[in-house]
Amino acid sequence: MSEQRRFIPWLPFVTLLQKEVRRFWRVASQTLLTPIITASLYLFVFGATLGERISVLPGFSYAQFVIPGLILMGVINNAFANTSSSLFMSRYLGNIVDLLVTPVTPAQFILAYTLAAMIRGLLVGVAVWAISLYFAELPWTNPLAAIGMAALASFLFAQFGLIAAIYSSNFDSLSMYSNFILLPLIYLGGVFYPISILPPLWAGLSHLNPLFYLIDGFRHAILGVGDLSLSIAFGVGILLASGLFGWAALLIGKGYRLRS
Amino acid sequence: MVPALSIQNLTKSYDGTPAVRNITFAIEPGEIFGLLGPNGAGKSTTINMVAGATRIDSGRIEVFGQDNRRDYLLTRRLIGVMHQELVIDNFFTIDQTLRFHSGYYGVTDDPAWRRQLIERLGLGPHLHKIMIKLSGGLKRRFMIAKALIHKPPLLILDEPTAGVDVELRHTLWDFVREINTQGTTILLTTHYLEEAEQMCGRIAIMNHGDLVALETTAALLERLGGRTLLVELRQPLVALPPGLERCGARLAGNGCRMEVPMNGGPDAGEVLGLLCSQGIAVADIETRRAGLEEVFLKLTGIGRRERESER
Repeated sequence: MSEQRRFIPWLPFVTLLQKEVRRFWRVASQTLLTPIITASLYLFVFGATLGERISVLPGFSYAQFVIPGLILMGVINNAFANTSSSLFMSRYLGNIVDLLVTPVTPAQFILAYTLAAMIRGLLVGVAVWAISLYFAELPWTNPLAAIGMAALASFLFAQFGLIAAIYSSNFDSLSMYSNFILLPLIYLGGVFYPISILPPLWAGLSHLNPLFYLIDGFRHAILGVGDLSLSIAFGVGILLASGLFGWAALLIGKGYRLRS
Repeated sequence: MVPALSIQNLTKSYDGTPAVRNITFAIEPGEIFGLLGPNGAGKSTTINMVAGATRIDSGRIEVFGQDNRRDYLLTRRLIGVMHQELVIDNFFTIDQTLRFHSGYYGVTDDPAWRRQLIERLGLGPHLHKIMIKLSGGLKRRFMIAKALIHKPPLLILDEPTAGVDVELRHTLWDFVREINTQGTTILLTTHYLEEAEQMCGRIAIMNHGDLVALETTAALLERLGGRTLLVELRQPLVALPPGLERCGARLAGNGCRMEVPMNGGPDAGEVLGLLCSQGIAVADIETRRAGLEEVFLKLTGIGRRERESER
């Protein structure tokens, strides 16, 4: 019975990735449809009602200004939600032990969870962009940079989701990360207004918000104008993503709060 | 021969409280080995350290000669583990989860083996139900299939029949015997000592993190089991008759039954003669060979504590 079959080193990673994608796909009404509807409501409010009446960036309608921010908000929220909810539920229900006893390496573990979260985040982002076409057209000045920034943002917040899932002891503490860290960072990060119109003190403080660099970089890549240069936006984004990846890798490599 | 599992000086503590204390034992390939002990004895902690779900404080574990920390990619493929807790993922069906588990172990799906597991464990009619809709018994069956899906040469079963009905228990043990005859080494823990007595060639007993016994089941029963003479009395006694206190006899059943250990003390005839000489009427007698349960209680001290609380 127990003859050894040929071991395929990359198969644990592919399987875990497949399982994670199917996990969010299975409850697509919650994981994909709900964020798309939320973003659509924002688009309706800022696109159809205010979009043509106000302008915060010369040469662009407010709808054109706000759509990149809304797209990235969807990407970030969903990348974070995917890793944090999946890993936390596995820890909470105890089925994480199923993975811990298999030859899935810590690197495969992190990359599979991260890639699934990026796929979900980017799917929501694409859907929000598709819906936004009804309200405004975007110039897509630098599409490669825009895709790169969306991928970087989803990677970064997938790591943040893993870290939050590991440190959270219950549902309340997990929601704290979302409500008291992620949400304020998004809303104060320049989704709805350019940082340059803020008073100097608040504009200065906004530079401490990592979301500002991601959102501004993404908008810059799409509209061709932004508060920061693309290289600064990417530089800060890559630095933050590397830091969070290192932190998540350390926790998962050591099995912190995963292995007793 | 390289042992299927070798545990050397294994130690584990939680927040300074020892859970496993310097235990050493080995399991030979092809054995069915029982690891017994009361709740909190350290059995599951030991199993989790072998499987890789729990970190090792000190000591060494080798699976078929490979270190389970240094060569974990190999040793984890050699082990299939069924955990004590019902560990399931409510998002997926039995069929999907079994396929995933093949992949986690780095082997492609073997449809014939998967079908065989499904058939032998009676999972066929429930294959496409999501886990949350399965009964407790079905979840246990599924967990055995999951542990075996990559055809491991060492199968670890942690309380596989806990909360399982009699019929399923028989099915499970028949299946375990079958895969054992096909070459799979089995390490099992169970609270049903009768099952361990019937299934296991060798038994280790743990208590408070220590290994308190490690012998063949037969030797363990022979060494610690002994025989007991049970005497049903017509009238209850308030105290043991003179001459029987020193041989370890005791009164039970509100003084209506006397239990006399027959390990070198008086034999049955002498006991009856002594009772008759003191005018104590005997209603019935029986001799009983101690089972694993008595051995277990003796080694873990549970019986002694119960007797003390009876007094």
